[in-house]
Amino acid sequence: MTPATRILSSVAAILFIAGCTNYYEIPIETPIKPKLDVSAFQRVLVAGFIAGGTDDVDGNLETTRLLRSQLRTKSDLRVIDTDVLPLMDVATEAPGTPEVKAEPPKHAPAAEGAEGREGKESKEGKEGKEGKAEAKTEPRGEAPQAATPDKPAAIKDAKDLEPYEHIFADVEYWKKIGEEYQNPLIVTGTVMFTPHQRSGIVQREEEVYDSFGRRRVVPVRTYMERKGYILQPKFVFIDGRTGTVMHSENFREEVLYNANQSTPALSSYFELMDRLIPSFLSTLSSQKIKGTRVLLQ
Amino acid sequence: MRTRVLTILLLLGATAAPLAADARSDAKKQVEFGITVAQRGLWREAIYRWQRAAQIDPKYAEAYNDLAIAYEHEGDLEKARVAYEKALEIEPNNALIKQNYELFKEINDRTTRKDTQDDPGNQNP
Repeated sequence: MTPATRILSSVAAILFIAGCTNYYEIPIETPIKPKLDVSAFQRVLVAGFIAGGTDDVDGNLETTRLLRSQLRTKSDLRVIDTDVLPLMDVATEAPGTPEVKAEPPKHAPAAEGAEGREGKESKEGKEGKEGKAEAKTEPRGEAPQAATPDKPAAIKDAKDLEPYEHIFADVEYWKKIGEEYQNPLIVTGTVMFTPHQRSGIVQREEEVYDSFGRRRVVPVRTYMERKGYILQPKFVFIDGRTGTVMHSENFREEVLYNANQSTPALSSYFELMDRLIPSFLSTLSSQKIKGTRVLLQ
Repeated sequence: MRTRVLTILLLLGATAAPLAADARSDAKKQVEFGITVAQRGLWREAIYRWQRAAQIDPKYAEAYNDLAIAYEHEGDLEKARVAYEKALEIEPNNALIKQNYELFKEINDRTTRKDTQDDPGNQNP
């Protein structure tokens, strides 16, 4: 049975039953409870992301901006507006060695009054470092003993992210960030946005006109080269009070276009993020899914 | 003796059908009332009515279908799933119930997916 026949037969069956049964369409709203209990938090800090893939989109900056704006309008948490943390640099500089800890940026509004450090620098990824419990101070620009590269290497695929992922388990670092921003819920993670292309047989619809000039649309199978993007974010939710990971979620979305179609990377990025945002939001806040059902008599 | 048994069986058969019809008719009244109140947004009352209908006539698939919808609306997805499955157990070929169930499953799968992502191995990257 072809899909078209199946659809036609189920529509016929529905129409037949509908003819015999009294039924009433009714709109419903299904409330979905949030995955995380965030009632203990008043504020949320979208700290930044370790991003890689194409150079056409700054995955760290764009994801942070987008999530902040979504949370501002669609959650009850107050969104902390501050510079995006250069997590790649932090991860590079603090490679999981316990004696070296990254210092939270001191340019943030909540940090005013604390020992000063120029905000611009951290924005450009040149943030200095301070030893844990002020015991050890690294001179600025001097690389700490590291297993990871001194300079963040270009992240081209998911494997390249691995050397940086230890940052999410760095309880002390996140606790410090949490203290600085008054114990918020911290959202961070990784974002891979990579171009990809695929070729193969694709079914598409084509208009044909018969000898009487009547138009018909017929499915045509053709070989096509297509290109697009894959977006693979991992959202990590950290308790700013303890610095521990509360929850993490992986997503994957992809989009393909005809090879001759030119779509800017940024618009593809937003297209793919649009698909993920509802799932991201439903982790933090209750959502209502609107739908229609059929009541039967 | 055999005649007597046959007579009793016939009598039982004759009375059972009207009794079942009565049960269905009573249950149907409950379902109708449930639909009326649900359309006015009184879902709790509707749930009560449809539960009553299912008690009166446990083979009334439509009552379970309506009950499932109400549970969905209340966010009680587990109860909704049980009610849909009961409705489909009674009437496996009812296309409208199947359609409702498919729509429900889309939502239910989404929440289940979230649960599986919350495994402890995922906690500490």
